[in-house]
Amino acid sequence: MNIAFFYALTGVGLFTLGVYALIVYTHLLRKILAINVMGSGVFLVLVALAARTQNAPDPVPHAMVITGIVVAISATALALALMLRLRDASNHIELPDESVE
Amino acid sequence: MTKHINKQILFRLLLVLLLSVLAVGLGYSVLSLPLEASGLSARVTENLDASGVSHPVTAVLLNFRAYDTLLEMAVLLLALLGVWSLGDMHEHRESAPGVVLDMLSRLLIPLFVLVAGYLLWIGANAPGGAFQAGSVLAAAGVLMLLTGWRPSVWFMGLPLRITLVFGLVAFVTAAVMVQLAGWRMLEFPLSVAGALILLIEAAATLSIGITLAALFLGSRPPTDQATGKRTGPGAKK
Repeated sequence: MNIAFFYALTGVGLFTLGVYALIVYTHLLRKILAINVMGSGVFLVLVALAARTQNAPDPVPHAMVITGIVVAISATALALALMLRLRDASNHIELPDESVE
Repeated sequence: MTKHINKQILFRLLLVLLLSVLAVGLGYSVLSLPLEASGLSARVTENLDASGVSHPVTAVLLNFRAYDTLLEMAVLLLALLGVWSLGDMHEHRESAPGVVLDMLSRLLIPLFVLVAGYLLWIGANAPGGAFQAGSVLAAAGVLMLLTGWRPSVWFMGLPLRITLVFGLVAFVTAAVMVQLAGWRMLEFPLSVAGALILLIEAAATLSIGITLAALFLGSRPPTDQATGKRTGPGAKK
């Protein structure tokens, strides 16, 4: 198997793990982290699939990923600020877990 | 009690099953892609000489797909506005840094700035550029904020805001100037492309660095004398 596909499949795995954590955990910080893991998986797929060339890898997905990383950081910062605000307002940082009630 | 636990285990099993279907589907679609696909790399290589820089990723970021980068700068600014609009957070408790951290951060900050400048400059013909340099600059800012340093109050007002929008303003100005000179928007003529890209990148580096550090700071910094108690370098709580 091509090494690019190995990395791309790892990215798919990361994405799926992120979806699992996003659904299972009720703590908001864990949810934000899960979304970040999902994003990293998508970035890994993009960068890996860019390497399916004869010579140097395709620079366009690389540029997209660089842009994406900075957007992901700022979105995470906004999510964390919202989370802290929610904690200040309600003293809760976890969503109610209906599956254990 | 056991009933609830059973329900939870059942829920997780069902979730794992559904997610395996998702993973297999995604994996299958990845594997069904052609083994070799050059994508746009050939076209980028062909037009690299017209971009004003010699590194393909920088050429794509700042020239071929400059719109993406321009809008991305706007997204960064919007995220900061979103954080600031949430109002004041209550003051988090901070502990004074130890002597080692304090001294080390003082030694490291100039190095961070040097590395950021190097990354910015090298971006024209090697991996590097505005985003990498901006991130390093932001890391320096975060380190300074963590060791208890706060920018002085006069900087928190207008100068901070000007620095935040500087990158976006420089980008838009460059785009409009090029258009007024008779080219299309964001089409950089070869004779000035290299200089324009370096100029935009320098402005963007500063703005990205300061914006990310401001995002780390959280709420909008206090601007008036009454609330801005901790000022100046080395002022600790």
